[in-house]
Amino acid sequence: MSTHTLSVLVENKPGVLARIAGLFSRRGFNIDSLAVGPTEHPELSRMTIVVNVEDSPLEQVTKQLNKLIEVLKIVELEPRESIDRQLLLVKVKADLETRGQVLDVVQLFRAKVVDVSPDAVTMEVTGNADKLGDFLRVLEPFGIREIVQSGVVAIGRGSRSITERSQRLVPVPVPAAQ
Amino acid sequence: MTGAQSLIRSLEAVGAKDIFGIPGGAILPAYDPLYDSSIRHILVRHEQGAGHAAQGYAVASGRVGVCMATSGPGATNLVTPLADAYMDSVPIVAVTGQVGAASIGTDAFQEADIRGITMPITKHNFLVTDPAEIPRTVAEAFHIASTGRPGPVLVDVAKSALQAATEFVWPTELHLAGYRPITRPHSKQIREATKLILAARRPVLYVGGGVIRSGAHKELRTLAELTGMPVVTTLMARGAFPDSHPQHLGMPGMHGTVAAVGALQKSDLIISLGARFDDRVTGNLDSFAPNALIIHADIDPAEIGKNRAADVPIVGDAREVIADLVVALQAEEAAGNTGDYEGWVRFLAGVKSRYPLGYDTPADGSLAPQYVLERLGKIVGPDAVYVAGVGQHQMWATHYIGYEKPRTWINSGGLGTMGFSVPAAMGAKVALPDTPVWSIDGDGCFQMTNQELATCTLEGIPIKVAIINNESLGMVRQWQTLFYQGRYSNTDLRSKHVPDFVKLADAYGAVGLACEAADDVDSVIEKAMEINDVPVVIDFRVHRDAMVWPMVAAGTSNDDIKYAHDLAPVFDEDDL
Repeated sequence: MSTHTLSVLVENKPGVLARIAGLFSRRGFNIDSLAVGPTEHPELSRMTIVVNVEDSPLEQVTKQLNKLIEVLKIVELEPRESIDRQLLLVKVKADLETRGQVLDVVQLFRAKVVDVSPDAVTMEVTGNADKLGDFLRVLEPFGIREIVQSGVVAIGRGSRSITERSQRLVPVPVPAAQ
Repeated sequence: MTGAQSLIRSLEAVGAKDIFGIPGGAILPAYDPLYDSSIRHILVRHEQGAGHAAQGYAVASGRVGVCMATSGPGATNLVTPLADAYMDSVPIVAVTGQVGAASIGTDAFQEADIRGITMPITKHNFLVTDPAEIPRTVAEAFHIASTGRPGPVLVDVAKSALQAATEFVWPTELHLAGYRPITRPHSKQIREATKLILAARRPVLYVGGGVIRSGAHKELRTLAELTGMPVVTTLMARGAFPDSHPQHLGMPGMHGTVAAVGALQKSDLIISLGARFDDRVTGNLDSFAPNALIIHADIDPAEIGKNRAADVPIVGDAREVIADLVVALQAEEAAGNTGDYEGWVRFLAGVKSRYPLGYDTPADGSLAPQYVLERLGKIVGPDAVYVAGVGQHQMWATHYIGYEKPRTWINSGGLGTMGFSVPAAMGAKVALPDTPVWSIDGDGCFQMTNQELATCTLEGIPIKVAIINNESLGMVRQWQTLFYQGRYSNTDLRSKHVPDFVKLADAYGAVGLACEAADDVDSVIEKAMEINDVPVVIDFRVHRDAMVWPMVAAGTSNDDIKYAHDLAPVFDEDDL
């Protein structure tokens, strides 16, 4: 099994997320992570989907996704040709004694403290999966109280935009009376 | 005008002539303008009947079938036909009423999220809450259902949208940015396929339902006769190539002929046209056609390589693919290049003559079901439409009737929906009122949907129903005989006692006939053919232990096909 990141451009219509999630589950493909958000065009949304499959099922996933009417374009983002990020919010036990050490970790990982209470510190950090994993490993001994993690978002390197070409609307004649 | 008026006007604009349906609360506003419309509405007795009728209508005519139902239970009763149409790529549009927009999500009376429910079993579906969206949505629904790989589309319309005031604006063009079916095959792929066809020594044309849907039967015949390649037609493709044609080996698969199964198994090149390597055709996939290269042509790219890797994938409409192959192969022939399949054709002719379809006449003098279908095919002929249910009778009907033309064989292939036959035959008869339509049904299937006989009688839809009554869930019973030591758990329907099918037919205003002797088969069929004002039901009371042969047991290799119980064919491969 290997991890693949798919950048999927969809029409921003109700039910699209259910359609895509349903397709994955009924065809037996597991989603590792999924992130949905708006794009530079209000009528389009972007989904970044990370799946863990072999190459031939991956081809089947993309072909099945392509059949959905509201899916405009699917691009697999190769790790070397793209940048991927996740956002992590983590709450760690920290009292007067340990808070200084926790803040050192924050510095090291270029994380940010977003909330402090007498016995805990909440931090945010962005990065790829490796960085977030390392960050959590270092925090582990202090006692992690809660983790909230976003799905992966990813973008291709260079000047090309996936959105541009997919926007072309091809007019279709209205069905004639049968 | 109201949204309801706009809906009916849209259906008229898109060319719908007939709708099968049942009104109810949420769809009620639409039924008022329907009352004055040029569209014929056929009031069925169960929404499942409406859905299957739309399917039969679509398959028989090639036009989009339309069914209509109310919200909640009305809509959920359409689930089976939608799933069936999705599996078999049948172009239908289902219009359902939904509770008012303000009530959606509140568990209102007769509310069901039919869009959510049918997402996995429709090609696409819509929920319309804005009445202004109705015309465009209807136009899109028909376009999506009938183009590319055909399939079912559901349009769910909120009652509030039907009741609201709106303007009817018919779109001049559709903007479906994410929907661009590819119908023109790539010329490079056609060249590659041509090369393989000329180089092959044991090629087979593996013909699927796509050839029927695209209307490619003429092109197929040209291709077959140009090259001399043998042809097999799947359950969905029966009639795409004449059964009487010497190059035709019959149906492949679990209950396929020995020649068709053997041809695929031993081929060195399978040219798949609008077929999808379904498990009922391939048996155990790992041992399916182990030495064959694959040319896989399909309009749906997702079918190519799904079950079996393709050496030459071709995305395109079957008709255009075949037409292009013909042109390419004609050019090669003009240049003196033709395939050499002589030894292969001779070998398969030997298999076909050694292992023809056949059956034993029951020793106790009771009626052989195969004989009934053989006679039905002979007497009624290849111009009629035959619509089967699911089970043993379906397999006997596919083998013994004899199909010469496309769209004369209609059945539930992928989903295997018992109860499909009577309503689908009703739909086919509405589409083709001047063509005799025979429902061939099992006694189990018939008891699932026979209520539509009431519709047929009252609406003047004189279908004929041949019940192959072995008083059992016959195919399940056959498996119990073969794999469960004859322990007949819950397959005995006792349908020769209850109900009395002749009386039941009579109660529906149809003519009921019964037959249990071989000598009476011809006369009862002829009698049924003389009645054309009301439906006719014939109760053919057949031998209950008759089995469907040949058979490849589920999950085993096609190499292990049995010609009859414990009888394996012998392939004399020295001829190859």
